[in-house]
Amino acid sequence: MSKERIQISEALYDIMPSDYQDLVKSATYGKEDRGWKDIGSSKELIEQHSLCAGCPESMAFRYILASLPNPEDTVMVGSTGCTSLVFPMVAVHNIHSLFGNQNAIASGLKRALSVRFPGRVKDVVVLAGDGATVDIGLDMTLQAWFRQEKFTTICFDNELYANTGGQESGLMQKGFVAKMAPVGKLFDKVRLPEIARESGCHYVVNCTVSKPSLVEKVIRNAVHVAREIGPTYLQLYTPCILEIGKNSMEGLQEMRDSEKPTERFAYKEYISEPAKQLLAELAAKDKERKAAAKQLAGQAQAN
Amino acid sequence: MGIRLPNPGEAHINGVIESEEKAYEEAARQFLMAKVPTIFPGPLVLWAWNEKAAKKATAIRHLFNTLKECVQPGQKPMLIPMPDYRPKYPKINPEVEINPNHPNLTIWHNKIDCCMFVGVHCHQANLSLKIIRGGTSCYTIAMCAQAGHEDAMLSFRDASVEKIMKLADTVKRLKGTVQPRLNSKSGASN
Repeated sequence: MSKERIQISEALYDIMPSDYQDLVKSATYGKEDRGWKDIGSSKELIEQHSLCAGCPESMAFRYILASLPNPEDTVMVGSTGCTSLVFPMVAVHNIHSLFGNQNAIASGLKRALSVRFPGRVKDVVVLAGDGATVDIGLDMTLQAWFRQEKFTTICFDNELYANTGGQESGLMQKGFVAKMAPVGKLFDKVRLPEIARESGCHYVVNCTVSKPSLVEKVIRNAVHVAREIGPTYLQLYTPCILEIGKNSMEGLQEMRDSEKPTERFAYKEYISEPAKQLLAELAAKDKERKAAAKQLAGQAQAN
Repeated sequence: MGIRLPNPGEAHINGVIESEEKAYEEAARQFLMAKVPTIFPGPLVLWAWNEKAAKKATAIRHLFNTLKECVQPGQKPMLIPMPDYRPKYPKINPEVEINPNHPNLTIWHNKIDCCMFVGVHCHQANLSLKIIRGGTSCYTIAMCAQAGHEDAMLSFRDASVEKIMKLADTVKRLKGTVQPRLNSKSGASN
């Protein structure tokens, strides 16, 4: 798995727009320890987007793309929402599904990829908003987990329907008043992380995207566990600054405020026993690899 | 009744089934007549998926070089890529690329009056050809690797390295026999 499969025909190289040349030359495809620190120094898999200035969702999207362990062999399944405006600018295979259908599409896709490419690791990652995951697509979301489909579901939780003007969603917090929900939410936020755990997900995390290294860790874990064991679920708080009445610069602080121990996005993690074992093995291998690299570097320096 | 696609060994010119030989001559003539004859290579040849794709790319470059050698002063052959099909927002740069979702922008910007699509997946080529036909007066040629395109004004089928090279040879052979439209107002119009 590497950039070798993404090469420009030599005879036409000079006419390719520089974006594509850069992607082939300096993107992080194939790099084993790629991560959020590559942002800004390597060709990014998402460079520009049409989301609002300061949008936490755009930060989250960048971190996710930088953290995918296997981007050249990953297919992302998206749903209608702000992310669908970004997907055309993303250098990873992606499918835009009908609203709410994302987990059903991902199920079929993952199975088809296993049949079509039996010897190759192909990851499928669903990325959808809270409306698609918890309200309209809850059936498809849960059924995929019940069936133990091997892919990761990421929910960008902004606690309302943002790009249609601020309607109430299942993940909205109780009592919140939005532009199109003037009475205020009467019920509690749906406890999807707990539901995910009970529905068979092997790795579940509920957090904000204020810390890129944490996002990188949970994305990698979720993809690896989904690849080997079964469904995984990440619920990431990506507040819509417009709909909650914040300014562009206030998105990060909003996330920090919401992840305090008593708040609704306090870091919450569930790992099943088989997943714990897998992650321990991966961590050991990673440690070994790093030690070997360090030793090699030391030898090279000595010579 | 619509347009019937050509059988192997045939092509269509303005919807009429003709021999491939005739199509080579007509395509070469249109290229030599045009003020801005342009080749639009698509992802199937721009990216080196396999050896065949790379060879086709080399043949396309040869065709472009031949065109450059054979046109008269005032004509401006172009080679503009269609690297992929995603809709590019907020805009594309029509000077350096063409996009199937708004190909007319590239045609208008560069005043292209004759173009050839090659290495574009059929459904995206159909979309582009329809938009170009509807919104510009550019002559469209499809060098299709499958069954041909009814939306192009001239369409080959079963495109191969040999066919692209043969078109280049025909352009060379007809050099000097065709009067370019240099006095026309300005290439394609909207």
